[in-house]
Amino acid sequence: MAGSAASRLTRTTRSQRGTEELPWVRRVLIGIAVAFASLFLVLPLANVFLQAFSKGVAHYFGALADPDTQSAVLLTLTIALIAVPLNVFFGVVAAWLISKFDFTGKALLLTLIDLPFSVSPVVSGLIYIVLFGLQGYFGEWLLDHNLKIIFAIPGITLATMFVTFPFVARELIPIMQAQGSDQEEAALTLGASGWQTFFKVTLPSVKWGLIYGVILCNARAMGEFGAVSVVSGHITGQTDTLPLRVDKLYHEYNQAAAFSVASVLALLALVTLGIKTWLEHRQTADFARAQSDPSAE
Amino acid sequence: MSIELRQVSKQFGDVRAVEDVSFTVQEGELVALLGPSGGGKTTVLRMIAGLETPTGGDLFIRGQRVNDVSVQQRNIGFVFQGYALFKTMTVHENIAFGLKIKKWKRADIAARVQELLKLFGLDGLGSRYPHQLSGGQRQRVAIARALAPKPSVLLLDEPFGAVDAKIRQELREWLVRLHHDLNVTTIFVTHDQEEALEVSNRIVIFSRGRLEQIGTPREVYEKPSNEFVARFIGVLNVLELKVQDGQSRLGELSFPAHGVPEGNTLRIGFRPYAVQISANLGEYRYRGTLKHIFFLGVLLRLELETPSGLTLRARIIKEEFNRLGISEGDEISFQIREYRVLSREGDALTQETSVAQLVSLAEGI
Amino acid sequence: MAFKKPSPLPGFGLSLGYTVFYLSLIVLIPLGALFLRVVTHMGWVEFWKLATTHRALMSYRLTFGASLVAALVNSVFGTLLAWVLTRYQFPGRRLLDALVDFPFALPTAVAGLTLADLFSKNGWLGRFLVPAGIHVAYASLGIIVALTFIGIPFIVRTLQPVLENLEREVEEAAATLGAGRLRTFCSVIVPTLFPALLTGFALSFARAIGEYGSVVFIAGNKPNESEITPLLIFLRLEEYDYTGAMAIAVVMLLFSFTLLIGINLLERWASRFQN
Repeated sequence: MAGSAASRLTRTTRSQRGTEELPWVRRVLIGIAVAFASLFLVLPLANVFLQAFSKGVAHYFGALADPDTQSAVLLTLTIALIAVPLNVFFGVVAAWLISKFDFTGKALLLTLIDLPFSVSPVVSGLIYIVLFGLQGYFGEWLLDHNLKIIFAIPGITLATMFVTFPFVARELIPIMQAQGSDQEEAALTLGASGWQTFFKVTLPSVKWGLIYGVILCNARAMGEFGAVSVVSGHITGQTDTLPLRVDKLYHEYNQAAAFSVASVLALLALVTLGIKTWLEHRQTADFARAQSDPSAE
Repeated sequence: MSIELRQVSKQFGDVRAVEDVSFTVQEGELVALLGPSGGGKTTVLRMIAGLETPTGGDLFIRGQRVNDVSVQQRNIGFVFQGYALFKTMTVHENIAFGLKIKKWKRADIAARVQELLKLFGLDGLGSRYPHQLSGGQRQRVAIARALAPKPSVLLLDEPFGAVDAKIRQELREWLVRLHHDLNVTTIFVTHDQEEALEVSNRIVIFSRGRLEQIGTPREVYEKPSNEFVARFIGVLNVLELKVQDGQSRLGELSFPAHGVPEGNTLRIGFRPYAVQISANLGEYRYRGTLKHIFFLGVLLRLELETPSGLTLRARIIKEEFNRLGISEGDEISFQIREYRVLSREGDALTQETSVAQLVSLAEGI
Repeated sequence: MAFKKPSPLPGFGLSLGYTVFYLSLIVLIPLGALFLRVVTHMGWVEFWKLATTHRALMSYRLTFGASLVAALVNSVFGTLLAWVLTRYQFPGRRLLDALVDFPFALPTAVAGLTLADLFSKNGWLGRFLVPAGIHVAYASLGIIVALTFIGIPFIVRTLQPVLENLEREVEEAAATLGAGRLRTFCSVIVPTLFPALLTGFALSFARAIGEYGSVVFIAGNKPNESEITPLLIFLRLEEYDYTGAMAIAVVMLLFSFTLLIGINLLERWASRFQN
């Protein structure tokens, strides 16, 4: 999504007579697209906030101040704080491996890294039950040692890690591949060690992509529902994350409270999108500066 | 000597990129590695730098075998084709990078960077980022960065490839002056024969991973060791002649048989400047028509056609052309002053490895 | 031949080791455990019986059918959105562009909640649709709506770069040869877009098949009628019927993997047309 900055910039720089639709065709197409987007994107978003405040501001904040909701916030933050850094570290290492080296089995490795994307969230939770559940491979051993993974925080964290596994790697790999290894090789010829090269040259040049990967990974980690739902056990005040809290309030017929909690998650999504748009804007601006005629010496 | 390659080879999978290459570069020389793309010249440069490991042979820098010495420890300066400037660093930081790695003192770094900025005409640009520079400036920063830690060798990969024609010319002259002032051993890769002839002390010519010839610009131009070199450096007319009645012939042109048996073929080549032209139809032995005239500034390139339809290229200087007073379509007479035997049919030698011998016709006819 | 092409950059062994280690720990071993469990604890007969109960078959049909319809709807409107966003300038374009990723960023539970509410009989849309006899919420139509919502970014984001890189010259060439706009679109643009469109379709289809969060809120979740496969797995787990859950999960996984391989091949095929 980021690589299109170049073409985005050149798009409007020349006349397009002869390859343009008639004005009315254009207007109709824009109209349909905007109508579709309004119906499927704007309306659901607006509805979240309207329903959240349907019983007034006091009720809204009351719902958020509920101790069970508070503990859900805390749990969601805790899990993101464990899962995201681990996946970020993995993503950076995997991106270095994939983008800087050529080796047999690289394509297979890439496919395997993508695997979690195509696994249903419910199945993502289930596989950890097979491993750590009471009837699972390590179930008895865990019971004997008084350890709890399923229906506890470790299980929720593992399921979240699985679901958000590819995000950072997926974001970094195309950027690092596009940049090639020239800058790294230049650093080596100047005497830099591998670590120096990585921290002083590679990392600074992918920082925007990295930030984007992190916020995307974070948004997904905090918002995951299906996988977490399977392994959480739904113990109110203990193993309910924010999305699970939304579900529970909804099933308790507390519509307004459910929407209040949902609005927090929707806000997270909006902030994520905001940062993403800002990052893309930055990249486009960087590109524009790089392209502006520098011949004035 | 500064650098020595002994039977160096490099294989990528099944592809033999470099085969059995041996040459030496003396301290302070400016050497061009020349050849068509895919010839193996960049691979040779990268092996000297330590960015590739040879699969065979030995590599020496200042007498030390460096095959197993890492790129960091070779003390070379490398200028990449696309410059590979650190995009997230300023010009100053780019040039200082290698010095920081080598743990120079802060004051020394600042002094060295200032010195280089001045030497390279980059004063006042220290705080700019690479994307704020012109192509020529970027290139100078790349060279300054490579030279900052005082390397024993400067290696440049197609240093003038990415800039436009006018700046290219300036940069060539600038590189020659720079080399003269700093006297650091310099090796650069190019596919442009004119560039190699103009800039370097010696030229190493590669084709398909093999070293074809090594020599001064004058040597490789005037005494190419084979047809490949002769064709690659400058323009060459090539004729394939049949031997009949003790003479080799093609159309109305005839040359000595050079020991080739009757009915076999002989290949000869001659430079355009070896063709002498006269407006006087009786002056030289062959007749021809002037088909095209190309003005190249001080030189002119002429295309002649013989009555039997052969096309030959000739080159004369402007004064000579004016003196002759000829124009397109005119009948002229010409002779070939000197030529080279490229190959004889039946010889074990292949076209490209056959040693060409220069034959002067001045006294032969 | 050598396993790895030589490179002057360090860290190959370390990064390969860690990547494979972490990948195995989080992804491969857990997935492998599921397959191992099914193979060792279930005969083929039992597996087949559990994976093809009437309820399971009905859930497959619904999941696949609804996903297919949603992906088709998205192919049409996603292409239109991508076209409008890359080709036209209009007020709000940037906002619309940013919003396309919204379904990707919004937690699925929230999406399900708000869509269900919109289409319920008191909701903004439901109050018009329900009296007209169109039931979206708590019906299979709702499933299609939810799956369409979550699939929007996939088609748009796959097509956008291709549209942006489409050479104007090619269209101009068609115009100079006398082709009208519609003719150019059909015979020049559509064939260029097709591989990407197919990839986007497959991506949104694959995503829809596995989707759980948004659907359970809006679907009525009635067995045999509006119960998707992931929900059935979930319910089996709630009933402590682990073998039943695993059998269906394996069916889903096998399908996902097939689709993943298909998408990979598609992308490789599509990239041939991009250079």
